[in-house]
Amino acid sequence: MAVTGLMMFGFILGHLAGNLLIYAGPDTFNAYAKKLQSLGEFLWVARCILLTALLFHVLSAIQLTFENRKARPIGYRRYDPEVTTYAARTMMLSGIILTAFIVYHLLHFTFRLTHPEVSNLHDARGNHHVYAMVVQSFRQWPVAVAYIAAMVPLCLHLSHGISSAFQSLGLQNNRLLPVFKNAARGIALLIFVGYASIPAACLSGLIQYTAGRTP
Amino acid sequence: MKLKLRIWRQKNAQSQGRFETYTAENVNPHMSFLEMLDVVNEDLLGKGIDPIAFDHDCREGICGACSLMINGEAHGPGRGVTACQLHMRVFKEGDEITVEPWRARPFPVVRDLVVDRSSFDRIIQAGGYISASTGGVPDANAIPIGKPFADKAMDAAACIGCGACVAACPNASAMLFVAAKVSHLALLPQGRIEAKPRVSAMIQSMDNEGFGNCTNHFECEAACPKEINADFIARMNREYLQTKICPEVS
Repeated sequence: MAVTGLMMFGFILGHLAGNLLIYAGPDTFNAYAKKLQSLGEFLWVARCILLTALLFHVLSAIQLTFENRKARPIGYRRYDPEVTTYAARTMMLSGIILTAFIVYHLLHFTFRLTHPEVSNLHDARGNHHVYAMVVQSFRQWPVAVAYIAAMVPLCLHLSHGISSAFQSLGLQNNRLLPVFKNAARGIALLIFVGYASIPAACLSGLIQYTAGRTP
Repeated sequence: MKLKLRIWRQKNAQSQGRFETYTAENVNPHMSFLEMLDVVNEDLLGKGIDPIAFDHDCREGICGACSLMINGEAHGPGRGVTACQLHMRVFKEGDEITVEPWRARPFPVVRDLVVDRSSFDRIIQAGGYISASTGGVPDANAIPIGKPFADKAMDAAACIGCGACVAACPNASAMLFVAAKVSHLALLPQGRIEAKPRVSAMIQSMDNEGFGNCTNHFECEAACPKEINADFIARMNREYLQTKICPEVS
């Protein structure tokens, strides 16, 4: 759980860094996308590793949930937890929403099936116009809202998950624990702001794409 | 003080239990929670009703026998207290109090509020000891131990094995108990020798008993009457991972 979680956390950071290049304009963004695509087999190795990590993460989550339910067959009539957080108690729910989001997200931008009308344009250099695909997708408010909404469970999942992973791996002590807890919350919030800013910027017109104005 | 009690009654391990409502009259605020139950039991006996069975022994917070889930909290409200050290002054006139036994599959109810915690004993039998050859008692100062290690080991050794950590955990996990037992021995030179086989055997035993898994809610730490820190769980995880990677005795 911890190891696969941290692997995906690493991806989330890298993916965010890449996505933020959208603010550098269409040229940079499309060049970055082309660079990624040109990695060829390395790209597939990375995809396989991530997919395996996701699979193991989901399978262990299911196993943990079943074992934990079995450990307390009769629940309490009254149960007042003192310190646990909303994020910690809803890891399964946020995880399910995120899995559904990943499926939609892949169909949208990787397989380009959900919005084909804006997904297969090319820029002046003949590269796939990823910038246009992203901006025009997010000009449709239901899409932008769905993406921003999906970042809420991501933020919650990470706010518990990051520090939890370090605790599970034993890389923590009572001096580091509060540091990790607060850092995890801070990082989760920054990741939310970073990711959600892109659909928000497209929807509000801060990032614009005009057809034919390609360099 | 007059209180309304909603208490779990169960004749034996096989029978179906249910909640019964009782009224506790003339409760003195200086009574402990267990003394209040004693008074209620006196009253029940007078009426020809079976008294409420609950575990208790020292009544001074050091034995780990009492085990009541009071108003949804293990050992009731307040940090660092057992049910026997919980005083009725924390409640108000007319309060409704729900009292339940610890709930976990490895802690089956024996009767009313009494649960069988022998799963903890079996975990200890799996490795919660040091092997000592027979002979004279060694001199207390023969092995020098650094003060920080002695202090830390003592913090873990404060565990009285009451099971509040399991009761309070949303997953009924026994990680804090096992971590405390693993750590208090592993931190001292006498216990260090068997640290690796111990952590493997005790975790294996814990899993076999059917306790849940730790998902880092830290409810155990909040409920622990001895305020044992959850960083012992990280310490045990570290010890366990090291053992899995390099099983030879260090």
